[in-house]
Amino acid sequence: MTSTLTISALTKTFDGAKALSDVSLHVAAGERVALLGHNGAGKSTLMKIILGLIAADAGSVSVCGAAPGSAQARAAVAYLPENAAFHPALTGLEQISHYLRLRGESAGKAMEFLDRVGLGHAAKRRIGTYSKGMRQRVGLAQTLIGAPKLLVLDEPTSGLDPVSRRDFYSLLDGLAADGAAILLSSHALTEVEARTDRLLILSGGRMVAQGTLADLRREAALPVVMNLTARNGYTSDLMAALPAAIQFAEGLRISCRQQDKLATLAQIAVLESKIADIDVMPPSLEDIYSHFSRRDGQ
Amino acid sequence: MIDRILATAITEAHIARRNRWVAIAVALMVVFSLVLAAAGSAATGALGADRLSVTVASLTSLSVYLVPLVALLMSFDAVAGEVERGTLPLLLTYPVARWELLLGKLVAHLAILALAILAGYGAAALAAIVTDPRAVAGLAALWRLTWTSVLLGATFLCVGYALSSLARRPSGAAGLAIGVWLGLVVLYDLGLLAAIVADNGGVFSTRVFLFALLANPADAFRLFNLAASDATAAAAGVGGAAASIPLWQSLASMLAWPVAALVLAAAAFRRVVP
Ligand SMILES: Nc1ncnc2c1ncn2[C@@H]1O[C@H](COP(=O)(O)OP(=O)(O)OP(=O)(O)O)[C@@H](O)[C@H]1O
Ligand SMILES: [Mg+2]
Repeated sequence: MTSTLTISALTKTFDGAKALSDVSLHVAAGERVALLGHNGAGKSTLMKIILGLIAADAGSVSVCGAAPGSAQARAAVAYLPENAAFHPALTGLEQISHYLRLRGESAGKAMEFLDRVGLGHAAKRRIGTYSKGMRQRVGLAQTLIGAPKLLVLDEPTSGLDPVSRRDFYSLLDGLAADGAAILLSSHALTEVEARTDRLLILSGGRMVAQGTLADLRREAALPVVMNLTARNGYTSDLMAALPAAIQFAEGLRISCRQQDKLATLAQIAVLESKIADIDVMPPSLEDIYSHFSRRDGQ
Repeated sequence: MIDRILATAITEAHIARRNRWVAIAVALMVVFSLVLAAAGSAATGALGADRLSVTVASLTSLSVYLVPLVALLMSFDAVAGEVERGTLPLLLTYPVARWELLLGKLVAHLAILALAILAGYGAAALAAIVTDPRAVAGLAALWRLTWTSVLLGATFLCVGYALSSLARRPSGAAGLAIGVWLGLVVLYDLGLLAAIVADNGGVFSTRVFLFALLANPADAFRLFNLAASDATAAAAGVGGAAASIPLWQSLASMLAWPVAALVLAAAAFRRVVP
């Protein structure tokens, strides 16, 4: 696969404070990559450097084989800033027409782009009268202009309702299927897990993890937790039989390593007559995320 | 390139129309021009000059204040407003050069300003010609005033863009714009006058003074229009100086200023980090 975006050893300091240190990553054509990280982790800074809006202190960035911010790179990249803003006096139609003309496309196609993000009905109203989600959709519409090779989306689903989010991700699927590389940042872990190919986790300006969710789950090696509910009066029997268990609320809780899961279950199965119920809980997405995100002492 | 400049110009024109800038600029120019035309008609006759030439002389004194003011009011928000609204980062990721953005804004703003100038002067000319058929003799002077006013407007629009880029906040840019207007249009001449009095016929009065007049776009505008017009030789203020400066020098100053101001604005805009 060809890499559309390649970043190596990127470092950026703001007045002495490190915003990014030694960040490397790549995004291939047709790949959807999610960038996660706590507030202030450096996600937006990384994106602005990719777009050439701010300069890096060290390291290299290659966007479709060109330098960030160069004419060639700008022609191939679409950007959605966090809190996308537009002039309140313009209508959605005028704003999208403007962006179409700037990319050398016919302004007549503006309505088509607004329809794709479900804004057709409000096209002739001023953006000043739009809701937050509607403004966000104007921002999304402009990223679709000119079949970009790379989309850099900073919290694209913020402000969107659940149905719009789903529509947005299916829009992304279509773009990725056509060969676009997509880098998006988000704080919504569950939707990102389901709808992207790979996760990157930034923490305090450092890349602390990259890979598919399965990769990260394995790497984090977080314990599996099992909650047991004892039949009436058998709690102490169970405690005696399972030394690893701790008493927890109405029942018992056992946590074990991934590789010991089956052995532990076998141990429990023997005690079937004394157990009313059992819940097996794999580490949640939030657990895995905070494992990586907190590692750097947040 | 032309497409991208026009794209920005079209959008700026929409914004200016919505924000009532077109209406405000036209109304301002028409009202002030008609007031002057009415006031000028009282003074005619005795001088022997036609009514329009007299009106042109008073329009010159008006425009030297009003055109820079309207131009600065239209332009001070151009960059700082985009920074404040947060629209600049996205715009700068588009395949458009910064100078193309500035030029697009200039095209739109200058078209609006030219429209206002034409409406104002046109109304004054109409009023003069209707009441005095001899006034057609002043049309040449009016035409000269019109295109020089547009040049003056272009200069101050670009100065406004430069201030807007330097300030990066609309409130700061507005303050700078008012300061520059006061400085160049009002205080500059007072300063020169004070210097002449203090100098009392020395090097300043003989050499520096004329150069200082040419260096100010507003004074160059006044010099050119006064010197070119025979009917207004008696005009006060810099009128005396106008006689001693060749026409081509004030013309060169007026042509050079818009270009220099645009280069300045582009340089200032280049340094804005979104
Ligand atoms: N222009 C700037 N000047 C100084 N510091 C900055 C600037 N921009 C960002 N920073 C700092 O860089 C760090 C990273 O900020 P960034 O906006 O990239 O975070 P983020 O990951 O996008 O956070 P969020 O999830 O809240 O959007 C923060 O500590 C921030 O304060
Ligand atoms: Mg951010």
